[in-house]
Amino acid sequence: MITVRYFASLREKLGAQEQVQLSELPVGCTVGGLRDWLCERSTVHAQAFESVRAVRAACDQVMCDDDEPLRDGVDVAFFPPVTGG
Amino acid sequence: MMTPDLDWQAELPHVRVGPADFDLGTEVAALRAGDLGVGAVVAFVGTVREWQAAHGQPADQIGFELEHYPGMTERSIATFMAQARRRFDVRGLRVIHRVGPLALGDQIVMVAVSSAHRHAAFECAEFLMDWLKTEAPFWKKETVAGQGAWVEARDIDAQAAARWSVPSKTDGATA
Repeated sequence: MITVRYFASLREKLGAQEQVQLSELPVGCTVGGLRDWLCERSTVHAQAFESVRAVRAACDQVMCDDDEPLRDGVDVAFFPPVTGG
Repeated sequence: MMTPDLDWQAELPHVRVGPADFDLGTEVAALRAGDLGVGAVVAFVGTVREWQAAHGQPADQIGFELEHYPGMTERSIATFMAQARRRFDVRGLRVIHRVGPLALGDQIVMVAVSSAHRHAAFECAEFLMDWLKTEAPFWKKETVAGQGAWVEARDIDAQAAARWSVPSKTDGATA
């Protein structure tokens, strides 16, 4: 099971979080692959991700790149570029 | 991933993320307390600035909110602090970041650094703020008369962080 979290404008469009079974995803799927899979499966996801200029991701609360591999139990977050401070 | 042995957890007690306001004098006094090796303190405070669409609008029509990723926020800030401690000759570090609804003029963020000599404190405070602006998971939303808009990230902030030659997408919080 993978937990997928969304923040800011993505959260408003997709909800705070959802669960994805690792077995549903292609073998060797990465964080970028998960994003593509979500967008292929649902136009709501595709439109939400398209609306953000440069979506960023975190894996288990650490910023990561698209090529970060997934494993069971991982917590993945997608969000727009940060604007704190 | 760099510096996997970074002790970010040691910095966690010096990070505060939450809705509560803070008093700069109290925080600086706490930072200096009991450390006679301190010769310099630099403290930065960021506040909610009036944005263009809010100008001239009644206060009850203006909304400002900060969202964050609980857990990751504290962890990422603590990681920058651990990196800062490795990079600069500093003594005490303290970071406060508010979240939730705020009003124009409210305090948002404080970075305070103590050191023996001033240059380290000035540089370290800038380093921490530049990291925080580009890597810590906070998002600002501005609302006027019911129309909300998420604040867009600015290239100038990314350029400011890049001058410290740090990777823009990954940091040292590997474990």
